Amino acid sequence: MEWETVIGLEVHAQLNTVSKIFSGAATAYGAEPNRQACAVDLGLPGVLPVLNEAVVRKAVMLGLALDAQIAPRSVFARKNYFYPDLPKGYQISQFELPIVARGHLEIELDDGSRKRIGVTRAHLEEDAGKSVHEGFGTMTGIDLNRAGTPLVEIVSEPELGSAREAVAYMKKLHALVRYLDICDGNMQEGSFRCDANVSVRPVGQSSFGIRTEIKNLNSFRFVERAINFEVERQIDLIESGGTVVQETRLFDPDRDETRPMRSKEEANDYRYFPDPDLLPVAVHAEDIEAIRAGMPELPDAKRERFARDYGLSPYDAGTLTATRELADYYEALVAACGAPKLAANWMMGDFTAALNRSELEVARSPVTPAALAQLLTRIRDETISGKIAKEVFDAMWAGEGDADAIIAGRGLKQITDTGAIDRIIDDVIAANPVQLEQYRAGKDKLLGFFVGQVMKKTQGKANPAQVNERLRARLSGD
Amino acid sequence: MTLDTLSGWARRLQAGEISSRELTELYLDRIERLDPDINSFVTVTREQALAAADAADQRLARGERAPLLGLPVAQKDIFCTRGVRTSCGSRMLDAFVAPYDASVVERMNAAGAVMLGKTNMDEFAMGSSNETSHYGPVLNPWDPERVPGGSSGGSAAAVAARLVPAATGTDTGGSIRQPAAFCGVTGLKPTYGRVSRYGMIAFASSLDQGGPMAASAEDCALMLNAMAGFDSRDSTSLERPDEDFTAGLDRDLKGLRIGLPREYFGDGLHADVRRAVQDALAVLRERGAEPVEISLPNSDLSVPAYYVVAPAECSSNLARYDGVRFGHRCNDPRDLMDLYTRSRAEGFGAEVKRRIMIGTYVLSAGYYDAYYLKAQKVRRLIAEDFRRAFEQVDVIAGPTTPELPFRLGEKSADPVRMYLSDIYTIAANLAGLPGLSMPAGTIGSLPVGLQLIGNYFDEGRLLNVAHQFQQETGWHQRMPAAFA
Repeated sequence: MEWETVIGLEVHAQLNTVSKIFSGAATAYGAEPNRQACAVDLGLPGVLPVLNEAVVRKAVMLGLALDAQIAPRSVFARKNYFYPDLPKGYQISQFELPIVARGHLEIELDDGSRKRIGVTRAHLEEDAGKSVHEGFGTMTGIDLNRAGTPLVEIVSEPELGSAREAVAYMKKLHALVRYLDICDGNMQEGSFRCDANVSVRPVGQSSFGIRTEIKNLNSFRFVERAINFEVERQIDLIESGGTVVQETRLFDPDRDETRPMRSKEEANDYRYFPDPDLLPVAVHAEDIEAIRAGMPELPDAKRERFARDYGLSPYDAGTLTATRELADYYEALVAACGAPKLAANWMMGDFTAALNRSELEVARSPVTPAALAQLLTRIRDETISGKIAKEVFDAMWAGEGDADAIIAGRGLKQITDTGAIDRIIDDVIAANPVQLEQYRAGKDKLLGFFVGQVMKKTQGKANPAQVNERLRARLSGD
Repeated sequence: MTLDTLSGWARRLQAGEISSRELTELYLDRIERLDPDINSFVTVTREQALAAADAADQRLARGERAPLLGLPVAQKDIFCTRGVRTSCGSRMLDAFVAPYDASVVERMNAAGAVMLGKTNMDEFAMGSSNETSHYGPVLNPWDPERVPGGSSGGSAAAVAARLVPAATGTDTGGSIRQPAAFCGVTGLKPTYGRVSRYGMIAFASSLDQGGPMAASAEDCALMLNAMAGFDSRDSTSLERPDEDFTAGLDRDLKGLRIGLPREYFGDGLHADVRRAVQDALAVLRERGAEPVEISLPNSDLSVPAYYVVAPAECSSNLARYDGVRFGHRCNDPRDLMDLYTRSRAEGFGAEVKRRIMIGTYVLSAGYYDAYYLKAQKVRRLIAEDFRRAFEQVDVIAGPTTPELPFRLGEKSADPVRMYLSDIYTIAANLAGLPGLSMPAGTIGSLPVGLQLIGNYFDEGRLLNVAHQFQQETGWHQRMPAAFA
């Protein structure tokens, strides 16, 4: 039987506010346990939540970027359940009236076509704390630093058809929140994570199969592997006569499998009701327009502009706009060197390779756009060849100085004096009479050999185009 | 020395006739001597009080002025007080020492008040008789066999017995006004949002409101000046210009339209209470007020709606008492579930458990619409009744409670009869309106309360009417003989 996969993602993005969603405590990661939890975060008797306005602004930005509806009035509700790291016995979330509803995001598929994925809703909520199981013997420690950290939960329609599509969607969303600067996107620290709802059905069937929910996937790789495993597991199960149980599962990256966490039958009745401590959130049309006016250019618009203004291929434009930092770097580089295509090739080639080698983010690159522009300018004005430029770039990356200093210091300036090149060519021809004879007998491929010999003698500093042209003339005996 | 009112003491302190230390010692001694008879205090903070009194004396000596400077007060044990146990009348918080001051406490301290201690109350403010307190019932100073009302019974009894000139209370369904009526003191529940709820341990967040309890309307006005005001830490706090609630006390009542809801004078009303209330209304009429018969047609729905909304909110508000971070924790829990269930089973009393269960039920999937949503609709109907009434009248008056203070144990076995004790007070909470109760007469030795309900933010008017009444009558000056 042919099977079809149906996936919906619930992405939790931590909003990068300075303070928590309902208290003044700091949100910074990595503090000593419980040092960033104030009376409100601890849920002490008598404390009350006060909404952080910055959280609302960031959610509105997200809604606008998803082309969604911004609710003029949204309501915080209490989701009631007992858990040791949930200090109040309820989580403040949004239930019936979320701040963002009915948006969409376009992803690019492997075949280059585009697919629109519906976003059902995005709602604001507070994060819980963390249970710590190591170091307490049979007891469990509670760290409430994370309690009250603002989250936006972005729920997609079940419109993703494969693990690849799910990853493409998540990457797209990841780029979006970083472009908007509403989330730091740090997946290792859990700032951007997702739950995947996965089901399968025979191709052609319109009703959904029974779904499982894989919790807390915090890398793109895990999303892909977990979904692929789960899809295969479900198909195997059904084909061998079993049925899928609706349940929550966890992905174990070490064993590359998903395992049941708890079954939905035991799930809580969360007894949602509007939180009487918080007023409904009103977002007025003029607030929305003010926020819209302050929004940065979004990835899709930037990609189109890059293709149009810089003459880049859709692929190159897509690569260079994948992150806001990369795009900003590229624009600074083009502005300084005036060569969009050359700049694109260098950024997607040597620059990206160097970043990967050094495991650095664009922002931490030791070579600034201005420095790289100087290097590209030296290629364009034929001071050095592209090949020599790679050597200069490596030296720049290693911190040896700017391009001009390295070229001068290492004597890498290209030889463009025709007389000098001719003299070297003559020496090379004289030293290789056998090859000369073969070339003249019609073995054209030997031109490369002669070019190589010349470049070797000049330590790569001769202008390759010039060498080619002069060699051809001399070898033909002209 | 003869006992004076809060306002009276304020004048005498400023005139230098008495020091704050002398005044504080006077009341601390009364508490020590007389409180064992009524059990109105849970905690007495003698040392801190004397230190605060000395500090107040220094400020007075420097010529400083503050609304409550040097005046002894008591805090209901529902308000968090830094470094002092805040029990909320519950075993659950028997050992809980708050690390911060409630906004009300902070404001009163800043106004120079000297806190003598924390007053007894129904557990988590759930009760109408003060019998649900972990610390034992408060006894009514007028008759120790009778209840003082609740949940602010400790504050009401302490003020009635003149163990303190004024105290704070909180009112979710009548918890200031009903005990004020039972103990013969004046108590005001302000408009919802007037007084910050920050640091006031939540029972039902959309109904809870702190307010003053004292011997007179004038004293309540003085207290409210210190208690009320916008607080950015409470999202339901209202941003209003500062108001001096003592400023309008002396206005006469000529032309004041007093609405008398016929539903508040119906069958359930004790005949003697009715008579006392009517006599009191006659006094207001003599001072120029015009009675107008009105109707609040949805009044009979207020108790049922309240007993859905309040338990629903409390079931969620009290979830934080789980034995994990603070409060009572059972011994040797076997596992997490055992920790939860035994800590809560041991820490909470029967009435609190009953309301948590009702609240959990009405919020459950499948029941939410029928109970919680319906109750919210009833709330809007009740608010609408009042809106229409206030198109015709300036204040609404009636009995605070349908009957006299009942005997201890009389209603403990019948929660519904107990709940009906608040039948006239609950509507003001559901609508968020201000309400006041003041002593309006006696039956035998027992006090009867007259309730005034005002439009939003009309506390000044309620205090004005009560003050004018108190200029004419001496009910508020009566003191139970055993405590004179």
